[in-house]
Amino acid sequence: MSTTIQAGPPNGAGLPGTPDLGRKLRLGEATIKASLFASALLSIAITIGIIASLIQPVIEFFSTHVSFSEFFAVTDPSGSSAKPAVIPLLTGTLVTTVIALLVAVPIGLGAAMYLSEYASKRARKWLKPTVELLAGVPSIVYGFFAVTFVTPVVLKGWLNLPVGFFNMLSAGLVLGVMIIPTVASLSEDAMSAVPLALRQGSLAMGANRMQTTLRVVFPAALSGIAAAVVLGISRAVGETMIVATAAGNGKNFSLNPFDAAQTLTGFIATTARGENPVGSAEYDMLFAVGLLLFLITLVINAISIVIVRRFRQEY
Amino acid sequence: MSLASPAASPAAATASIVTGKNRDRDLKSVLFLSVLWFSLFFGVMVLIVLIVDTAVEGAPRFDAALVTEYQSRLRPEETGFRAGILGSAWLMVFTAALAVPLGIAAALYLEEFAGAKRWYNTLIEVSLQNLAAVPSVVYGMLAVGVMALLSFTNKGVVLGGAVALALLILPVIIITTREAVRAVPRDIRDGSLALGATVWQTTWRQTLPSAIPGIATGTILGLSRAIGEAAPLLLLGLGNVLFDPTGLTSPVTALPMQIYTLAGDPKEEFRTAAAAAIILLLVMILAMNAIAIFIRNKFQRSW
Repeated sequence: MSTTIQAGPPNGAGLPGTPDLGRKLRLGEATIKASLFASALLSIAITIGIIASLIQPVIEFFSTHVSFSEFFAVTDPSGSSAKPAVIPLLTGTLVTTVIALLVAVPIGLGAAMYLSEYASKRARKWLKPTVELLAGVPSIVYGFFAVTFVTPVVLKGWLNLPVGFFNMLSAGLVLGVMIIPTVASLSEDAMSAVPLALRQGSLAMGANRMQTTLRVVFPAALSGIAAAVVLGISRAVGETMIVATAAGNGKNFSLNPFDAAQTLTGFIATTARGENPVGSAEYDMLFAVGLLLFLITLVINAISIVIVRRFRQEY
Repeated sequence: MSLASPAASPAAATASIVTGKNRDRDLKSVLFLSVLWFSLFFGVMVLIVLIVDTAVEGAPRFDAALVTEYQSRLRPEETGFRAGILGSAWLMVFTAALAVPLGIAAALYLEEFAGAKRWYNTLIEVSLQNLAAVPSVVYGMLAVGVMALLSFTNKGVVLGGAVALALLILPVIIITTREAVRAVPRDIRDGSLALGATVWQTTWRQTLPSAIPGIATGTILGLSRAIGEAAPLLLLGLGNVLFDPTGLTSPVTALPMQIYTLAGDPKEEFRTAAAAAIILLLVMILAMNAIAIFIRNKFQRSW
């Protein structure tokens, strides 16, 4: 591998000190550039499109069907077909996400520490894709696994826990397994980016590799690790098929992981399966929950992006 | 795939510093290392258990009917996934047709044409970063909006599913294409520009061909994510169909959708069939990943 060759954009791309090749107007060139620019703008258009397609049914929902206080409520009002209370869904999402993090953060970090600090370059080339294999498994497969193995065999059989067929614990555990690669991969990048000099300094002071990893590399990479965990939270909150198959099909305001309870995404999945006519309260409720979900993940993603940008400037 | 980062082998370096009677043999260190080993292989262990458990459960249904028959309430022991398999294949073709050209165009703009410090380019970057982490159900809702905009009233058609999946994997394709394009050395571009080619001619004739293996790998990985995705399709109303798709506006189902429906069915035979179909789905995904890795190893040049 040669390190002298530099990769990067061409000289024409607005770098300082390059000859101005754009003086002559080339019609074909300009058209192509404009159409490529349009494709790139699509990413902004999609973001706007998401908000636009969610907002219209949501406005309809709050103007004709329910009030805000009925939406942010613990129990559904009696006699209403819309079932607008969203707080039980939020607690369901909270419980499954916390369980998922309890699985994914320690295991993801452990794997990242091994890959970054202990594995040889050759070993890493093979081990990293092995960890990332987990990310390639479809979530419906994980959901099936939670229902057919984790709940009946692990939770009921081995641990003898008082869980029902649906419960938040098994959904959360499997969700955690699914986000291990997210946490591991990004944390490993962050730890590998810690300058070698820091490790050498630590070793020179008489620390061993464990102490160096835990007390020098880990704190130095903390912002990148935080971003990895935050991104993991975003994945866990937005994951649908696992919680739809394993966590439960009814709202339940409960923080007990042994209980069955619907999450935000689980609610969307179950409601979408039913045949709700466009414009009905149930149909609009779907979009209200969708908008809430989008806003929650938007905030989480923004936090992660801010952390990463700050972290980049450190070394 | 990123090549060596600046501190590519801290392990090697620290290992060479810590030599001989080293300080890594005490009990705490050994325990720590075994915890790390456990973390590293925990995922693989879960994956093995998952595959073995599902394969055992689905074993009675590894037969021809699994792929040749439609879903059947009357004969649950012969229910098959023909509609789902064909539906997924159709969806993949149109998803790729929508997402790949758009993704490559956007990536080329961002890498080759975008001026460094323009506010709108930063905005594109940030929204792209965000889109990569937007929940997949939300893309389903967007696709519902798009279909309404195109005034399609039929639910669960090929076009709707393809739009949802294409939107979903667009950020993946853009990000991997950018990495592939960025890995092409600047010398190649400089050479082309020096001979009088325009920026676009350079991009089209030099940069893009050199980046194709990377782009192909990224595209296949994106599609392997799309093929297992059920959540956005659920919102588009992809239901249970008992015929093969015939066109863009034909109702369709997908393999993961069928699995989801059958996994929740009280009938034991349906759950067995779902387990067998999961193995089928995993084999398809594994094959796609193997092709991607093959392309990367075979065709990717390192400069």
